[in-house]
Amino acid sequence: MLCDICKQNVATVHLTQMVEGKTKKVDLCESCSKAKGVDDPTGFSLADLLLGLGAAQEMEQAMAGGEIKCPHCGFTQADFKKAGRLGCADCYATFGEGLESLLKTMHKGTKHVGKTPHAFRQSQDLADKLKSLQSKLDKAVHDEDFETAAHVRDEINQVKNKISELTTS
Amino acid sequence: MDIHEFLTSPAEASKRSGPHDRIVLSSRVRLARNLRGMAFPGWAKKPERVKALETIRPAVEGLRQMGGAFSESMDNLTALDKQILVERHLISREHAAKNAGSGLVLNKEESLCVMINEEDHLRMQSLRPGLQIKDAWQAIDQVDSLLEKKVEYAFSPNLGYLTACPTNLGTGIRVSAMLHLPALVLGEQINQIIQAVNKLGLAVRGLYGEGTEALGNVFQVSNQMTLGEAETDIVERLNKVLAQLIEHEENARATLLESKPKVILNQIGRAYGILANAHSISSKETMNLLSLLRLGVDIGLFPGTERSLVDELFLITQPAHLQKRYSEKLSAEERDLLRADMLRERLRHVSRPHPMPSSSPSPRLDKPNES
Ligand SMILES: [Zn+2]
Ligand SMILES: [Zn+2]
Repeated sequence: MLCDICKQNVATVHLTQMVEGKTKKVDLCESCSKAKGVDDPTGFSLADLLLGLGAAQEMEQAMAGGEIKCPHCGFTQADFKKAGRLGCADCYATFGEGLESLLKTMHKGTKHVGKTPHAFRQSQDLADKLKSLQSKLDKAVHDEDFETAAHVRDEINQVKNKISELTTS
Repeated sequence: MDIHEFLTSPAEASKRSGPHDRIVLSSRVRLARNLRGMAFPGWAKKPERVKALETIRPAVEGLRQMGGAFSESMDNLTALDKQILVERHLISREHAAKNAGSGLVLNKEESLCVMINEEDHLRMQSLRPGLQIKDAWQAIDQVDSLLEKKVEYAFSPNLGYLTACPTNLGTGIRVSAMLHLPALVLGEQINQIIQAVNKLGLAVRGLYGEGTEALGNVFQVSNQMTLGEAETDIVERLNKVLAQLIEHEENARATLLESKPKVILNQIGRAYGILANAHSISSKETMNLLSLLRLGVDIGLFPGTERSLVDELFLITQPAHLQKRYSEKLSAEERDLLRADMLRERLRHVSRPHPMPSSSPSPRLDKPNES
């Protein structure tokens, strides 16, 4: 059996793990297992390794044929296959389609839940406010309450200004 | 700055205590973050990596939590320095291999350690003795909230914090604890336990040794999924599982003492015999035997001996820590001799294991016709 990483040496280290009911398996040679830090508590995660390898395969399938290149950093799927890592944050948009199914298999969901940087929270709050003002406006117009409608329009403009300030700064 | 003058001595470091440290050696929470608009470290060209380091390092150094911190570029550390940091579990082996363009900022208490340009621009870790993953999370959450005001993170509302490897995407969090589980290993329950924990989406692996081998019976439990679950839920889930693991290990210890006291006494007695009398001993054998000695201390076979002595020996018998004491470069064979000398010396005043554990439950002797 050959090593999953270098595909050259004989695999002597065999790792298996159940991930959400699926058995994942990796066979490594001595030098690749050392290089990947299989015995390293701070860096190595078996999941990273397993999923990294599986990820490359799945992405290859998803992108069969087409050679896509990240416009920001020049990273290609061939590079991903080699490294199991992406080139830059924009790569997520570039390779989004190929990554989608992969993220599904490796994570609990495909939508982020949890901590959000303050700046993003602010713009999200404003977006939410804009939405509610918009429906308030629709209702006022429907009820022919033009005084309220004019008032709400002013508020909407204020929120829109704040949003454009946030995105340009 | 000299890292060796900065680091707490192994003796002091081993005296740090925390809840459940009989079984839980330490807790760790790590967050992965990257800067907006810059290639990830593994793909960036050197000037871009240097630029990221120059942006991040002052920002980290300026945090109030980092007052008096050790801060250095990785190319200013020797291979031995880096290996010592790896043996202290402060940096990853991957980070130890880095040079110019990567950095390290470590606070005075060694409870916060930030790796710059490891796999991601920022890998910040919070460390605590014993079972304290909630505290560790709160501490690193604070650091992260302060840092996001100084540097702009790569973040997407849909995918969360964007990381070099998709396995860290979302929260970028890795919550883990190091556990000493000798009774579950001796009682051959460990594989069953590992499988059960894996089914919950958590990873368990031997901390030392390769593949499934767990030297010193030390295991690391950590979350695997980072996208689609909030940090606090991950911390909560891991906390529950860890509480159960502690209970399983305690039960296994009680059961072994109850049903096979001779097996336990034999193993611990032999471990003591070798550690206190050998003239050449490898690092691997040392770890496995020290694990049994630690179990012996826990169950009261070594009255008057502190657990911290065993933990200190665990640290100072590792290759880089041992090498550090000598100016000339040692071969593996020479290290084995010096390691044995050190163990004999340090265990000189530790008496042979008390035949009957002084703590309850006191084991009954095996009856000859039973075995
Ligand atoms: Zn290989
Ligand atoms: Zn890219």
